Amino acid sequence: MIDVIDLKKSFGSLEVLKGINVTVNKGDIVVVIGPSGSGKSTFLRCLNCMEDPTSGSIIFNGVDIADMRVDINVHRRHMGMVFQHFNLFNNKTVIENIMLAPVYVRCQELKKRRRQRLFGKGGQEAAPQATKAQIKEQAYGEALALLKRIGLEDKADAYPSTLSGGQKQRVAIVRALAMNPDVILFDEPTSALDPEMVGEVLDLMKELAKEGMTMVIVTHEMGFAKEVANRVLFMDEGVILESAPPKEFFANPQHARAKEFLSKVL
Amino acid sequence: MGNFGNKWNKFVEIFVERNGYVKVVEGLQNTLLIAVFGMLIGILIGTLIATVRVIPKYKTLPRALNAVCTFYVGLFRGTPMVVQLLVFYYVLLPLMGVKMQGVRVAMFVFGLNSGAYISEIMRSGIQSVDAGQLEAGRAVGLGFAPAMIKIVIPQAVKNILPTLGNEFIALIKETSVVSFVGAADLYVAFNYIGSNSYEFMVPYLVMAAIYIVLVMFISLLVKIMERSLKKSDRRN
Ligand SMILES: Nc1ncnc2c1ncn2[C@@H]1O[C@H](COP(=O)(O)OP(=O)(O)OP(=O)(O)O)[C@@H](O)[C@H]1O
Ligand SMILES: [Mg+2]
Repeated sequence: MIDVIDLKKSFGSLEVLKGINVTVNKGDIVVVIGPSGSGKSTFLRCLNCMEDPTSGSIIFNGVDIADMRVDINVHRRHMGMVFQHFNLFNNKTVIENIMLAPVYVRCQELKKRRRQRLFGKGGQEAAPQATKAQIKEQAYGEALALLKRIGLEDKADAYPSTLSGGQKQRVAIVRALAMNPDVILFDEPTSALDPEMVGEVLDLMKELAKEGMTMVIVTHEMGFAKEVANRVLFMDEGVILESAPPKEFFANPQHARAKEFLSKVL
Repeated sequence: MGNFGNKWNKFVEIFVERNGYVKVVEGLQNTLLIAVFGMLIGILIGTLIATVRVIPKYKTLPRALNAVCTFYVGLFRGTPMVVQLLVFYYVLLPLMGVKMQGVRVAMFVFGLNSGAYISEIMRSGIQSVDAGQLEAGRAVGLGFAPAMIKIVIPQAVKNILPTLGNEFIALIKETSVVSFVGAADLYVAFNYIGSNSYEFMVPYLVMAAIYIVLVMFISLLVKIMERSLKKSDRRN
C-alpha cells in the first residue's frame, strides 16, 4: 500500500532521514521506535507529505505522492493522522470536528459534478444525487455513530477544551476514521496523556488493529508494540537499523544500538 | 455666562430652525458609514495580507507576494491618512479618469489604510493560533486556503477582537479629515452651523461631545465582548 523508496529529508544542512526504504502492506501494524531525535516523527510526517521529502519516493496506492505535481490533498484524505497533542479544531464542537472533512470533501465533489453537468461533460450518470443538506445529515449520522462507538455521544456538542486528554485523543482517532482512510498514521498518540488515560486510547487502537486497519505508529509503549504490531522498525540517526516481527526484535535485537535502546526502555 | 447663553441660543436656532440637525444626522451617518465600510474592507485586505505573510517562503510566488505586501503596508503606514485621501482623490482618480463621490473615496481609502494596520493585528492573531491546528486541517485533506478559512482565521479573529475594536475607534476618530475630499461628515455639519451663526464655540463643543459619546459607546461594546470571550474561555 505504501512503498517508501530511498526517502531522504534535510532541514537546512541537517540531514534527518538518510535513505529509508520501507513497505507497508494492507493490514500491517507497523510500530516505529527509536531514541529521541532519531527522525521517527519526521519519517511519519513524510508519509503524508506534511514534510516534503528532500528526495526519494512515497508510492501510495500506486501514485508517487512525493511528486510536487500531484494534488496532495486528494491523497491525504485516504491517510488519517493522529497527533501527540490531539490537535482537535478548537473552534468546532466535537461532532463538527468529525464532520468537517467528510462534509467538505463531499460538497467539493458535488460542486465538481454540477460543474461538469453544466458544461455537458460526464453525461447522464453524473447527475448529482445529494444536496448539501443531505450530505450534512448523512455525515452527522456517521459522526454520531463514531461517537457512540467510543461512548462519547453525549459530548457531541461540547467543545474540545472541555474534554479530558484521553477523550480528546479518542475523538481525534474517530475524526481520522470518518474519512474511511486506507491507513492511519499515529505520532506518539499517548505521550501527552496522564497515565490513567493511556489505556483507553490504546484499547481503541487495538480494536482498529483487530478490524484490519492499516496503521503506522510511532510510540514508546513497548508493551503495545509487542502485543499488537506485526512489524517493529527500529530507527536511529535517520536510518532504519532493524525491521522485524516484535517477537524476534524484542527477544533478539541484532544491532548494538537496538540492544542499548531496549535495555533503557524495558 | 450670559454671553455663553447667547451663543447657545444661536446654535439651537440654527440647529433646529435652519435644518442644522439634518446636516448633523447626515454627517453622523457618513462618519459611521466611512468607518464601518473602511473597517470591513480593511479586515478583508488585512486578512489576505496576513495570510500571505504567514505562508512558508521557500517558493518564488509566496516570496514575491510577500514583497508586494510589505511594500503595501509600508506605504500606507508610512504616510498620513490626509495625504492618502488627497493623492487618491486629486491624483489617482483623475489619472484613471474616474469620478467618485467624496464619501465613497473616503470609504475606499480608509479600507486600504486600515487594511495595512489590520494585517499586522491579524498576523499576530494567526501566529497566536497553535500550528497544530493548521496541520490537523491539512492532514484531513483540506487545502491551505480552506484550512485557514475554516479553522485558523476564526480562532485568530477571536484572539484579536479587542484590538480590532480599538482599530475601529481609531478609524472613527480619523474620519474627521474626510472633508478634505468633500465628504460631508460631522465636522462639515458643525462647521456649517458655525459659519451660519459666525459662532464656533458651541458647535465644536457639541461635536467633541458627540465624538466622545461615540467612542465611549464602542469602548463599552468592546469591553463587553472581551468579558464574554474570557468567560467562554474559562468555561471551555
Ligand atoms: N521543522 C524542523 N526544522 C528543523 N529541524 C527539525 C524540524 N523537525 C525536526 N527537526 C530535527 O530533526 C531531528 C529529528 O526530529 P524528529 O522529531 O523526527 O525526531 P523523533 O525521533 O520524532 O524524536 P522524539 O522521540 O523526541 O519525538 C531532530 O534533531 C530535530 O531537531
Ligand atoms: Mg517525535
